[in-house]
Amino acid sequence: MSPHVSSPRVGGKGRRRSLAGQVERFLPRLVVAPSLAVALFFVYGYMLWTFVLSLTDSRMLPQYDFVGFAQYARLFANERWNVAATNLVVFGGLFIVSCLVIGLLLAIFLDQRIRQEGALRTIYLYPMALSLIVTGVVWRWLLNPGLGIQALVRSWGFEDFTFNWLVDSDMAIYTLVIAAVWQASGFVMALFLAGLRGIDDSLFQAAALDGASLPRIYLRIVLPSLRPVVFSAVMILAHIAIKSFDLVMALTGGGPGYATDLPATFMYAHTFTRGQIGLGSASAIMMLCGVLAILVPYLYSELRGQRNG
Amino acid sequence: MANMVRRRSTSARLWRFGLYALLIVAALVYLLPLVVMILTSLKPLEEIRAGALLSLPSTISFEAWIKAWSTACTGMRCNGMSGYFLNSIAIVVPAVAISTFVGALNGYALTKWRFRGANLCFALLLFGCFVPFQVVLMPMARTLGWLGMASSTTGLVLVHVVYGIAFTTLFFRNYYVSVPDEMIAAAKLDGAGFWRIFWRILLPVSGPIITVSVIWQFTQIWNDFLFGVSFAGFDSQPVTVALNNLVNTSTGVKEYNVDMAAALIAALPTLVVYVLAGKYFVRGLTAGSVKG
Repeated sequence: MSPHVSSPRVGGKGRRRSLAGQVERFLPRLVVAPSLAVALFFVYGYMLWTFVLSLTDSRMLPQYDFVGFAQYARLFANERWNVAATNLVVFGGLFIVSCLVIGLLLAIFLDQRIRQEGALRTIYLYPMALSLIVTGVVWRWLLNPGLGIQALVRSWGFEDFTFNWLVDSDMAIYTLVIAAVWQASGFVMALFLAGLRGIDDSLFQAAALDGASLPRIYLRIVLPSLRPVVFSAVMILAHIAIKSFDLVMALTGGGPGYATDLPATFMYAHTFTRGQIGLGSASAIMMLCGVLAILVPYLYSELRGQRNG
Repeated sequence: MANMVRRRSTSARLWRFGLYALLIVAALVYLLPLVVMILTSLKPLEEIRAGALLSLPSTISFEAWIKAWSTACTGMRCNGMSGYFLNSIAIVVPAVAISTFVGALNGYALTKWRFRGANLCFALLLFGCFVPFQVVLMPMARTLGWLGMASSTTGLVLVHVVYGIAFTTLFFRNYYVSVPDEMIAAAKLDGAGFWRIFWRILLPVSGPIITVSVIWQFTQIWNDFLFGVSFAGFDSQPVTVALNNLVNTSTGVKEYNVDMAAALIAALPTLVVYVLAGKYFVRGLTAGSVKG
């Protein structure tokens, strides 16, 4: 995302242009053109198409009787959508904050000249290589009250231990947080570790000479210089949270009832299984707005940062 | 960094001890689900029902693995995961190859032949990395139907190529920016053209970024569920969709050991790639963020 404009233009000008030369001159554009066409159609065209569908009364099949923004009005009045949107705020917020805290702590601890650092790093990060479906299947097993963690702890003699969030409609949303944090916090650790390694050692030594304590150095010097990493991490995590679909499908199926529905599962259910394409499209557009709300400030600050050097 | 822990006083030793203890406990927590998965997949069902999540199997049995692979029911069918595993391979191989190649060409054309509007092109392509796929699901389903590719692995290859190009272009562009332009200029003076420069100069130095791109695309496409569940037919479902069906099939006895074996089968390819080439995996994950 760094438009690199300083490289000199090479070739082209001041040369005699044969036919072959003409073709050669347009070749780079021709090479990029198919991808651009694909993006214009499959990304921008589809966004527009879905927006148009969201203005129609489409049910089982797309059709084009326009009803204005009626679907959006229905959406906002829809109890299930409101649950899904609230869930996203709760799930996304907890997921992002937990990943940041755990990732940062692990990175700082790993950065203390730890023996076997490579092995530990590998262990923290491996869940990121798994499919969210696999993650969901595993955690559904672990959180199964009858045979999972609850049963395990009870078998150790704590007969009253209760950990049945998976079947408790008030708590089920937190099981999604647990599984998602398990999956992504190692990734945030890797981001922070890369950031920490980029900080100049002399900064540390100077601060240590001044008699600053280790926690103080981290709070006052390291954290502020990690701000760009925090920013990117939040961006990526928020993006994962908004798109979360697989995990819900595999871990809770949106249940109990629709207690753990997220916008992504709401959209899928209404578009493909409940025959409410218009409403589903409206929810998809709302998701796009959510992504844009995060992306635009991010890109703005990135580009501004570059312009200011 | 943090080399202020040189003095080995008692408190420093204690701090080191606590540090290691904490890191090891954290590692155990991260490993727990994988360990439980493996243990459960090797136990007979009676032992699982008796509880004791973490106990070692009294006898190791691969029956659950064999069943998950060849006879377990995924929805209406009972052919195990094998066919779906092959579907995933049939989707992943062409999709990864095509999207990586296209990304390399794009990155090359956008950085080494900076035509007017190249940056705008890149920005337009890049948005594909961020679009929530829910926005494209319905139109894509219609398009695949018109193209006659609905419910086929070819259709899924197309979908993964289309939405993978944004990432691969980003990888290759950021990598090629740092290849010195002088090399290209010199080759042009020698009369080398667009393709010759690509094959002879850029590709030979592209090893690391090709690895990053292939690994990224491989994990993304192998692990995909949304496109698979939205566009695949019974015969073209990828392994993730089959796994979800298998786990949710509610006929007869719930066989947790088969579920876990199936999950491991679905997870193995990406886990193996991660273990073999973890460094490149991390680079792919961070390519769009730290370095931007």
